[in-house]
Amino acid sequence: MAAAFIAGLSLLALDAGLPGPARADRPVTVGSKAFPESWVLAEALAEAMRSEGVPEVVHRNNLGGTEIVYQALRSGSVDVYPEYTGTILEVVLRSPRPLALEGIRATLAQEGLGVSDPIGFNDSYALAVTRATRDRYDLRSISDLARHPNLSLGLTHEFLGRPDGYPGLARHYGLRMRHVLGIQHELAYTALASGRIDATDIYTTDAQIERMGLYVLQDDRGFFPRYDAVWLYRLDLGKREPRALEAMARLSGKVDEIKMIRANARVVLGGHTYRESADSLLAEVRARAPARRGAGTDVVGSVARNTGEHLKLVALSLLIAVLFGVPLGVIATRSALLGSAILSLAGLLQTIPSLALLALLIPLFGIGVVPALIALFLYSLLPIVRNTYVGLTTIPPPLVESAAAIGLSPAAQLFRVRLPMASPAIMAGIKTSAVINVGTATLAALIGAGGLGEPILSGIQLRQNSLILQGAVPAAVLALLVQKAFDLIDQVAIPRGLRLPRDRA
Amino acid sequence: MAVAAGIEIENLAKSYDGVTALDVDRLRVAPRSTLALIGPSGCGKSTLLRLVIGLVRPDRGSISIAGTRMNPATTRPLRLRMGYVIQEGGLFPHVTARENVALVARDLGWQDARIDTRIAELLELTQIPPSLLGRFPAQLSGGQRQRVALMRALMLDPEVLLLDEPLTALDPMIRSDLQRDLKSVFERLRKTVLFVTHDMAEAAYIADEMAIMRAGKILQRGSFRDLVRNPADPFVTEFIRAQRLLDVADLTRIQ
Repeated sequence: MAAAFIAGLSLLALDAGLPGPARADRPVTVGSKAFPESWVLAEALAEAMRSEGVPEVVHRNNLGGTEIVYQALRSGSVDVYPEYTGTILEVVLRSPRPLALEGIRATLAQEGLGVSDPIGFNDSYALAVTRATRDRYDLRSISDLARHPNLSLGLTHEFLGRPDGYPGLARHYGLRMRHVLGIQHELAYTALASGRIDATDIYTTDAQIERMGLYVLQDDRGFFPRYDAVWLYRLDLGKREPRALEAMARLSGKVDEIKMIRANARVVLGGHTYRESADSLLAEVRARAPARRGAGTDVVGSVARNTGEHLKLVALSLLIAVLFGVPLGVIATRSALLGSAILSLAGLLQTIPSLALLALLIPLFGIGVVPALIALFLYSLLPIVRNTYVGLTTIPPPLVESAAAIGLSPAAQLFRVRLPMASPAIMAGIKTSAVINVGTATLAALIGAGGLGEPILSGIQLRQNSLILQGAVPAAVLALLVQKAFDLIDQVAIPRGLRLPRDRA
Repeated sequence: MAVAAGIEIENLAKSYDGVTALDVDRLRVAPRSTLALIGPSGCGKSTLLRLVIGLVRPDRGSISIAGTRMNPATTRPLRLRMGYVIQEGGLFPHVTARENVALVARDLGWQDARIDTRIAELLELTQIPPSLLGRFPAQLSGGQRQRVALMRALMLDPEVLLLDEPLTALDPMIRSDLQRDLKSVFERLRKTVLFVTHDMAEAAYIADEMAIMRAGKILQRGSFRDLVRNPADPFVTEFIRAQRLLDVADLTRIQ
């Protein structure tokens, strides 16, 4: 039965569609960050490439923040993505002084990367407050804000961490805010509306400005640099697929702030899909609507597909974790030094924040299923290693000694006595990892590995609770089912003699 | 029947954290004889047995079984020539009594038919009802567990049997039955037996000879009669008295 279980997992592995090494004929891959504007632009570019005749174009969406998508570009997992000149200067080049587009181009060319002409709009950072807050404190500019250090700021983590974000802004304006906290961008609007925070960072093309009646504080002392949208791409793309560059050129200089705000609003406020909004944007740019294959809203189908992807991620990473974790647990019992080294290392892995781990894995493994599997595998290790170790070391010493004294070979002592006796603990560890994995695997969507995190992330961005539930409910059901499944597996994996009521002697 | 094998111990010492657990100049157990090691808790009798089965490595000295000196390379082959039973039997709870008995034979690659034949012989010898073999250790009484443990120790027909307080945890009636059965098995099989107990009556009843130990040393070796009549050390008399086997009148009469 255990063998059948493992065989089943292996079949899933074959079916998981792991991307192979980069090939010359691989599809052109457009990347985007985890916010609607990036997604819509990338979707529009992908569609423009298809109209140019590029045979196979893939859009990897939701790639976390700048570090993640930039590393994906450098490693070749992504060929092109929309970026902003201000971000390139500060985050990518870490340039102390502003460079003109030509300067940026020359520097990035050394990395094998190219920068297109500006797409046409400037999406700068800004700070926004509600109109009520503006009137109560008489806030018109960021200089005004500096006079109210008790107001609380809810800022995105990227803005908090970037030198051209809050740290630079605070220095430039002499801000001494007492309450500054990190918050996810879409959650910031809810916090703003409910009065939990007074101000947040936004993009100047943000669709919520109109909808929520936000007031954008004037950058009266000129801190924020320009964030002209451009296409950042691999120079080898020009040789591989020149038509892809033509598609980029067609979109350059055509999308101004008004078109972009409208495109964002269609998605965030109008309930359009990213594709529909991208199509409308292309139509505005080209003044003709493209024919579209129906990408309707088949909820059951998409939930089933996401659940399938999710289950594959969980099952495969768990299988690898069992294959490594149980032997590591056995090795840990060999000596006290080895044991504490292995257990501390597995414990340490557990403490790495998931986003940080993903960011570390991308330069090594690119984006998609492989780094997601590796991250999940690393998170699954600790419960399995620890429970194997504890299970083996808590067998009563007379029994461990008897196994040796009656003349069993070392292999038989391990496989016929010690591991079977530790099996209840080992199975409990595997079950714990499986249930945790079902939850953690929702983060795989951040690096384009799909799964139930996809509707959750989109739902958070679009502020559509129904989308969030399409991911959260199946994930919860899956966690319960996994628990039940392991109760059944226990019946086979744990010897019957260990499942009897306690002895009567 | 296997070749008769004796146990020879020379100059054997073991200490834990600087405290001497065992220090024996010389101890021989003749082939086919039964020697009981007896003494108070902590006297080193169990340590001696654990040294013989190779669970503990000595600080110095040598142990030979049937002329083969025990070292890391010979430990496992020698273990296969010895049967070992401990206080609570040491049966593995995850397999049935039958699998406990067959475990080592299976590991050695015995065919099922050979295992079945041998188990049938042992059932007869140890007086265990065959139906008990399908049960798990948790479903057996203490006495039944010790009988199964003895059966497991005899499976490979070893030349030497080592028993570490096999009856101590049993209640008096069952213990008495098992003492009788053990004695009869030893007499029928004529194995070389090293038997640890702290019960003088049990030692006197089952073993040919006994060696009384204290603080890691063997104080005196001989029959029960020798120990009572010619104690080599005041402790020997003290230990015998403490067992309340005989009142003072009995002791006087024997003397």
